[in-house]
Amino acid sequence: MALVSLENVGKTYHMDEVEVPALAGVSLAIAEGSFAALVGPSGSGKTTALNLIGCLDKPSSGRVTVAGQDVSLLGRRQGAAFRGQKLGFVFQEFNLLPVLSVAENVEYPLLMIRDLPKAQCGPAVARVLEAVGMSDQAAKYPAQLSGGQKQRVAVARALVGNPALVLADEPTANLDGATAHRVIALMKQMRDEFGTTFVFSTHDPRVMDQAEVLFHLQDGRLVDAPAIAGEVGHV
Amino acid sequence: MFKVIRLALKNLTRYKRRTLLTGLLIAFGVVAVILFVGLSGSFTRVVVGQITDSVLSHLQVHRKGYVASIDNLPLDRLIPSPALQKLEDILAQTPGVAAVSPRIKFAAMLSNYVQTTGARLNGIDPAKEQAAAPLLASRVKDAAHPGTLLKPGEVLLPELLAKGMGIKTGDTVVLVATNRQGSVNGMTFKVAGVVESLMGPGGRDGYLHIKDAATLLRMTTPEISEVAVRAQSFAGVDKLAKALRAALGPIKNKKGQPLFELHTWDQLTPFHNVVRMIDIMILGIKIILIAVVLISVLNVMMMSVYERVREIGALAAMGTSPGRIRGLFVAEGFCLGLVSSLAGAAIGLGALLVLNLTGVEVHFGMANQVFALSPTIAPLEVVWACVIVLAVSVLASLQPAAKAARLEPVEALRHV
Repeated sequence: MALVSLENVGKTYHMDEVEVPALAGVSLAIAEGSFAALVGPSGSGKTTALNLIGCLDKPSSGRVTVAGQDVSLLGRRQGAAFRGQKLGFVFQEFNLLPVLSVAENVEYPLLMIRDLPKAQCGPAVARVLEAVGMSDQAAKYPAQLSGGQKQRVAVARALVGNPALVLADEPTANLDGATAHRVIALMKQMRDEFGTTFVFSTHDPRVMDQAEVLFHLQDGRLVDAPAIAGEVGHV
Repeated sequence: MFKVIRLALKNLTRYKRRTLLTGLLIAFGVVAVILFVGLSGSFTRVVVGQITDSVLSHLQVHRKGYVASIDNLPLDRLIPSPALQKLEDILAQTPGVAAVSPRIKFAAMLSNYVQTTGARLNGIDPAKEQAAAPLLASRVKDAAHPGTLLKPGEVLLPELLAKGMGIKTGDTVVLVATNRQGSVNGMTFKVAGVVESLMGPGGRDGYLHIKDAATLLRMTTPEISEVAVRAQSFAGVDKLAKALRAALGPIKNKKGQPLFELHTWDQLTPFHNVVRMIDIMILGIKIILIAVVLISVLNVMMMSVYERVREIGALAAMGTSPGRIRGLFVAEGFCLGLVSSLAGAAIGLGALLVLNLTGVEVHFGMANQVFALSPTIAPLEVVWACVIVLAVSVLASLQPAAKAARLEPVEALRHV
């Protein structure tokens, strides 16, 4: 059974009196343990699709199921709880809290979202920081890190709660080519190490080829079958 | 809870200068309240203490209708001997009464053989008067008998009157008075001292022995204008007044009307209105403090939310509940109020301590009255000031916090 499935999903934004279709009739499935990418030019609907999968938005039509949950049925609080338990997020702008150290940033989802006692957070934080190679930077603050290091911390933060799925929206957009490659490689390595499903969006051809499954979007529609034919993606 | 507070404190350090300025503004408000309450409270205590402890005492009992015409010092509304005996019995039996001093108040002509003028005088029992108005002795300058107000045959003259007529301690003066029946009598007295003026009723009166007053007024049986009553504690004045009113109420005159009337110090002096005005000003200062805290915390928190929209979006996307996001911002306002109010309280109390050590003198009135203030503030007042700041800080944070909690993650993440 697919971890993520979109069935004939459409999303239309209403801007004043103008209707702007962002997705139309998109159906896809992503199996557990995949390393999948949504690719396409700007405005193709990658972020909209990720937002729907990440329970951050609701489809105008169709059905989005993540880990067996129809996310359209979740209310605001239930959605937040679902994201906190099942999902991890990596953002283009990193979005680390500047007043927290690296370790505290990674600890945030456990401490502030899952409400675990601080003493219980330590081992998990140490484990993911070790996995992303940032153990020696744990006491530093985001302002003291490079872009690549910040994204490593963001990946660690997304993984610390052992989520079923990590969503990354343009995770390499603010990184140079070499760093972008390393971050994508790190995400893949984390998939291998933790078995977490990764879905990221990108329009950067330099990192697309690292994805195992590619969903090409254009003008809100899937234009192709998965470019790298895994056993998971289909239209 | 502590983790939210901890994160809120860290968030306050993002814009150190802004937080510092806002905190200083709030602290300044708390300092202003503490200093104003401390100084005005001390001023009120000193002045009220002077008025009650050297002139009025805490309560006064008169024959019904006397106070309405007290400016005339009427001799036809005195408390007769049998009624005085009843009154003294009641006062002796009422708990909370510390001292009682009967007075005969009358107007007389004062002559130093060169000039003659009118004077207001109190016939007193010196020992009883000292017990009921213990600071009266401290107002007597050039006292002939330090520690004792006066002896029979002596008079204490009000300062301005003595100065105007060039009368000094040891001089002989003549007092001429008309009694209730219209009979005029005169007696010579030796000046035993000069009484400093004080604001309010009785503040420019002279004193003589109560027996001399009775003789001068040709009283066959002693009759009393007023009985000054000192309570065991200032805080117990109202309670004592209530008890005495209950005890005196049933005593009627021949017409079946109450024989006595009782007034507390605040009903007898216009300074009570100054006290009320000071209380209103304290309330005004507190309202200004509330406005300062409300506006500054609201401004800081709104700025804080506006500047962190993307971050709030990221926190919400990660699964932080709206309630937790709201809590984080309310906690920031709470922490800002807490730290600022504690700092303000510490600075304010320190300033009061310095004022106490250096001393504060207030010149008041036309008679060169100087009051040495010892500004203090009740701990409860400080706690209240801090609680008000905290409550208003939390109140001011609610709207920005609610706005942050309502942000849609998708919209917030798109915010530039």
